[in-house]
Amino acid sequence: MAESVITHDCDVLVIGAGGAGLRAAVAAAEAGCSVSVVTKSLLGKAHTVMAEGGIAAGLGNVDEKDGWTVHFADTMRGGQMINNWRMVEIYAREVIDRVFELERWGGLFDRTPDGRIMQRAFGAHTYRRLCHVGDRTGLELIRTCQDRAVHQPGVDIHMEYTLTRLLKDGDRVSGAMGYRRSDGRFVVFRAKAVVMASGGWGRMYKYTSNSWEGTGDGAAMAYEAGAELLDMEFVQFHPTGMIWPPGARGILVTEAVRGEGGLLFNSEGKRFMLEYDPKKQELSSRDVVARSIFKEVQAGRGSTHHGAYLDIRHRGADYIKKKLPSMYEQFHALASVDITKEPMEVYPTIHYTMGGIRVEPETAATTVPGLYAAGESAGGLHGANRLGGNSLGDILVFGRRAGMAAAEYAKVRGVAPALSDSEIEAEQAALVKPLDGAASGKAENPYLIHEALQDAMQDDAGIARTEESLTRALHNIQALQERVPNVHVGGGRTYNPGWHTCRDDVFMLIISESIVRSALERKESRGSQWRLDHLEKDPEQGRVNYVTYKGSDGTMKVKAVPVEPLPVELSKFLEDS
Amino acid sequence: MATVSEPAAAVAGPEHMPDHATGEMVDFNVFRGTPETAQGDKAYKVPMVPGMVVLDAMHYIQKHVDTDLAVRWNCKAAKCGSCSAEVNGRPVLLCKTRVDEMPEGPITVRPMKAFPLIKDLVTDVSGNFAVNQKITPFSPTEADANDPQPWRIKEPDIERLYEFRKCIECFLCQDVCHVLRTHDLHDRFYGPRFFVRVAGLEMHPKDAADRRDEVREDGGIGYCNITKCCSEVCPEHIHITDNAIIPLKERVVDRHWDPISWVGRKLRGK
Repeated sequence: MAESVITHDCDVLVIGAGGAGLRAAVAAAEAGCSVSVVTKSLLGKAHTVMAEGGIAAGLGNVDEKDGWTVHFADTMRGGQMINNWRMVEIYAREVIDRVFELERWGGLFDRTPDGRIMQRAFGAHTYRRLCHVGDRTGLELIRTCQDRAVHQPGVDIHMEYTLTRLLKDGDRVSGAMGYRRSDGRFVVFRAKAVVMASGGWGRMYKYTSNSWEGTGDGAAMAYEAGAELLDMEFVQFHPTGMIWPPGARGILVTEAVRGEGGLLFNSEGKRFMLEYDPKKQELSSRDVVARSIFKEVQAGRGSTHHGAYLDIRHRGADYIKKKLPSMYEQFHALASVDITKEPMEVYPTIHYTMGGIRVEPETAATTVPGLYAAGESAGGLHGANRLGGNSLGDILVFGRRAGMAAAEYAKVRGVAPALSDSEIEAEQAALVKPLDGAASGKAENPYLIHEALQDAMQDDAGIARTEESLTRALHNIQALQERVPNVHVGGGRTYNPGWHTCRDDVFMLIISESIVRSALERKESRGSQWRLDHLEKDPEQGRVNYVTYKGSDGTMKVKAVPVEPLPVELSKFLEDS
Repeated sequence: MATVSEPAAAVAGPEHMPDHATGEMVDFNVFRGTPETAQGDKAYKVPMVPGMVVLDAMHYIQKHVDTDLAVRWNCKAAKCGSCSAEVNGRPVLLCKTRVDEMPEGPITVRPMKAFPLIKDLVTDVSGNFAVNQKITPFSPTEADANDPQPWRIKEPDIERLYEFRKCIECFLCQDVCHVLRTHDLHDRFYGPRFFVRVAGLEMHPKDAADRRDEVREDGGIGYCNITKCCSEVCPEHIHITDNAIIPLKERVVDRHWDPISWVGRKLRGK
């Protein structure tokens, strides 16, 4: 007899408490639903808090010519035209209202001299477009949404719970189960609708700006429940991560440094971006800048620790401390570098995942009835490359839409769904296995499995890819999939990170396989996908998105789905600008 | 606190030497235990790496020695405020505390003392989130809330708020505050973090609520005797006492000891 589980009932379950989850929760509660928000961390610690540069919205406060149509065109071009155009249209139109809404909820922004919201330049945005507050815009956004959500009647927040499986009642989602991290007790959330807002997945790479949370649980759970994963080959390398000291490697250096005038130099003192993109220079799109730094280092023109120099000294100490206070503090504390006096050393770091759960543009509905997805865990908005400033907007626009649609679904559905005891008991047994007795084969350390996966992905499915490297990555992933059932850890279920890592490994292997299989299919270079064996864009492949899903035999399948053609009334905006 | 005496510090095998290791080994005494089990410091030896922070060392121990060592962390860049603990007795963020800046001798790492222990370096900080729920949220006037035009706000009117909004909710100020740490008045005193929160709301030019009664009665601001310990440990360098608590105390005093407004309140029956 399995141990008893704690059961919570709600209309809408929101998985994740970053900006998308919190905005979804507010929307669903405003529609009259009872909402449970579940977060792996404490409230307010999600990756949203690390977003620094700002939120892109065509307000035209600084450059009057800006507006949603230019924002639409920039985002489509940045995504190399394989974005879902309808998502981009909804996004570019609605993000303007979401910025004003944030302000009405108490959020602060830097101001123009006449008292409007200040906007700054950012990579591949035609105009100065990023609403910001210094370099801590994400903190402002999450704190504002957090305060709104905790004071919203109907919203219940459950901190430090890990969910491991979506439950189903027939074809439809009926909730999710997992455990409470503090004591390892099993928990079931029974829900009429579920919003996945669980963020992205950078942790399967060695050098990443992601926290421990970025293991792709949400996308992996959705995949297991029958949802489709779209554009998974597109993983964003942020051009500027810290490179030294070793423990700080991968930590983000905000694009706002370049937005505020920071310049990139190689070891010969040359501004190499003038060559790679004479027009946009340092503010070219992220994929281009990341590749340029990579090429300079490959050519032997790297900095002391094999990166590039990023220099902002010419803006003067006062300006730097006002506009980039957390960068000043970060380099001072972690690297003993005073960025007002010395250049920074930077190198690309895994930052964001463009791909994700495939959704309907209007409602954020996935292909599984009752399951919605928003924010980084969903795919389609950003195409092959995300522009900086488009994630903070994404989470608000589609978080809200997902919350509203999930509430509507829950109301129509009416009665609480049925739960399957056998499904719950099987999951309990699978979860406790790494703690029970001896493993059947050689006992594996879950942290070392994780490390081996990071090496495989960093080396062979990283910034530069070939058929050969990706095939090797796939082999290595499959070998790890065979080892992962033998993970074994000591200690009990009380706050045991080793035990938690066992399931993280399973999720990361699913997501890694999806990335590699999609990258193998896309035999071209586009956006963040840089194939050394297919250096050019292929117009044929520009008409498809790759989708991975779980086949009826339990193995992962890949299919190509056509990109919806852009309607004439929208394509003219691309010609205009 | 008694140190659990170990025959030798726990150490991983040489095959687990990290890249860039200097060859030097650093001694750590790390608190281990739960409320239900034995508690005490356990000794570890960790290979030194240039620029290593205490959180790196905890991760090394997790990966190679004791996989169940509990420690919270997220951003690893001092932006999220998750990895709060006490290093050599001082409340700090583990991700920002450099090993090469520590004095000679073993480095002691223990959980925050002001909060109930869960396990090892992890404490139950949920009470802090409950405090936030009691504070009247941002409340613009109806006219402002329904204004169809975007708000115009001049930067000088909000400049002083930026400092309060920098708070990353690490709760180190709550940990060091003697009202909470020594006197355990969690149910009668909001604590420094939430006076910062209230100050940020009270001084917002578009906020119309009055939180002076709640901050005095529910928040117990009178318990603070301005020792400024909170400001000293703040990793965001917020001048908690000078810029948040003292101005709030002044507002509360104005309201309650200003004889004219006292008469006015009596007449209005408040």
